[in-house]
Amino acid sequence: MELVLTKNIRPEGEPLTLAEYEQAGGYEALRRALGMSPQEVQRMVTEANLLGRGGAGFPTGRKWASVPMGERARTPKYFVVNADEMEPGAMKDRLLLEGDPHQLIEGIIISAYAVEASQAYIFLRWEYRLAARRLVSALSQAYHHNRLGRRLLGSSFSLDIHVHLSGGRYMCGEAEALLSALEGRRAVPRSKPPYPTVCGLWGKPTVVNNVETVCNIPHIVKHGPEWFRSLSLTDEGGTKLYGVSGRVKRPGVWELPMGTPIRRLLDDHADGMQDGYGFRALLPGGGSTAFVLEEHLDTPMDFASMEAIGTRLGTGTMIVMDDRTCPVGMVRGLEGFFARESCGWCTPCREGLPWVARTLEALEAGDGRPEDLETLDHHARWLRMGHTFCALAPGAMMPLASALKHFRAEFESHIGARCPWS
Amino acid sequence: MLTDRERQRIEAEVRLYPHPRAAVPEALKIVQDHRGWVPDEAVREIAELLGLSPATVDSTATFYNMILREPTGRHVIFICDNVSCWVTGYHAIRDHLCERLGVALGETTEDKRFTLLPAACLGECDRAPAMLIDGDVYGNLTPEMLNDILARYD
Repeated sequence: MELVLTKNIRPEGEPLTLAEYEQAGGYEALRRALGMSPQEVQRMVTEANLLGRGGAGFPTGRKWASVPMGERARTPKYFVVNADEMEPGAMKDRLLLEGDPHQLIEGIIISAYAVEASQAYIFLRWEYRLAARRLVSALSQAYHHNRLGRRLLGSSFSLDIHVHLSGGRYMCGEAEALLSALEGRRAVPRSKPPYPTVCGLWGKPTVVNNVETVCNIPHIVKHGPEWFRSLSLTDEGGTKLYGVSGRVKRPGVWELPMGTPIRRLLDDHADGMQDGYGFRALLPGGGSTAFVLEEHLDTPMDFASMEAIGTRLGTGTMIVMDDRTCPVGMVRGLEGFFARESCGWCTPCREGLPWVARTLEALEAGDGRPEDLETLDHHARWLRMGHTFCALAPGAMMPLASALKHFRAEFESHIGARCPWS
Repeated sequence: MLTDRERQRIEAEVRLYPHPRAAVPEALKIVQDHRGWVPDEAVREIAELLGLSPATVDSTATFYNMILREPTGRHVIFICDNVSCWVTGYHAIRDHLCERLGVALGETTEDKRFTLLPAACLGECDRAPAMLIDGDVYGNLTPEMLNDILARYD
């Protein structure tokens, strides 16, 4: 199949320089976009049916279309790249950040042009040091050759891009909490509406898009929305970076057509399970998605199909649970993480997640009681969207609720007994 | 307290944002870069420099897990305790480190050489289990590899 996002990436090698990137056709899309109106660029992205790759799958074109445009809009407007990849099991954006920084920069410039933003920030997680070094170097090349800065490429459009290195915390990946973090505050979510596209950074219209989402933009502008939709096996446009981790023979990240079935990833790309380990279940798109069992392995990996089987595509980076891993222990590990990472802003999440984590710890230690399963069921039912300020706790409940359903017998066998797996 | 070099770096950072408060995380990281952690006095002086209250600066300083408000050892180990590492051998790595260093998670060795801290997913899931020492990433870890790795840090 045709590689789009990863075609310039040289594994273990240095990323393309500006000159090499341009030789490979880079910055052609930017020149084309600058000859179009911002609204025309937006229309192309809408027609391409690009769904946000950060995990929520919101249509990018629709997000952009909600930004106030023209002379009456408040300025400056901001374009922010969410490069705070911290979803448990996710390692796909790192590949794009380290492997082809100019692709991201070109995507940012076109996106900022489409929403008339004059300042962009790349919100990068602290641990991605190599990505930071490569981005800063690519940005300075882009400034030096007038791909960035005032009146870039001789047009009337000006843009600055700054890399903001985060101070850590999973919470920063939530779009509104990310804006609080960028303003130098604690990373707590914000009340909405108004949405950030109307009232975001410092009260100004702000678009927040994921790294992989932004990297798709130059290709859509260059080859058109129809071509982009034709890359996919389903209605959702484009290719997708999928990942597999856990006890498989070859963990990794691959670019494949959107809608590739789970089984093809597991068998053809990750080469199946390691010797001595059997397949039990998987989390399809990071820690905050629901478990998928063997019976659903032929499901296409896209947003709609994953939702139809009661889970989410999320980041598209799956974590395999083998038959030698205790499901209660694995969920306890996850919930301990979510409890630690709760920002503490809303009570259900701040109090509920530690309660869940402690209950699971007790179960694993052999101190569980029969009513503990009711406590877990209760949280899985009530820590859902509409009861919490943001999606952190509802996301945390997805692996728990599905584990309580699929692995009920294992939970019950932990009551009053040491973990049978230890 | 703040050296001229620290002040210069912080002032350069302020110019990148429309409001000085946005420079707080970077200001804290600059101090940490020079001293290994962020003492109370530095919080007060950053506040002064940016025209904010010390409480405002500290509200940010106490939120982010990479900003350290207590003294650490000369090297900080962040061990990933997340799900991909969890299923591929995190426990053996953690236990070996704790035993070898004689500390629990969150503690510093007596000779002030290492501080051991838990970390959120490091994005190294294809090379799990993983850890980070002073910004260097180590993946596909086995307990046998740890002694050699630790020996690289004095």
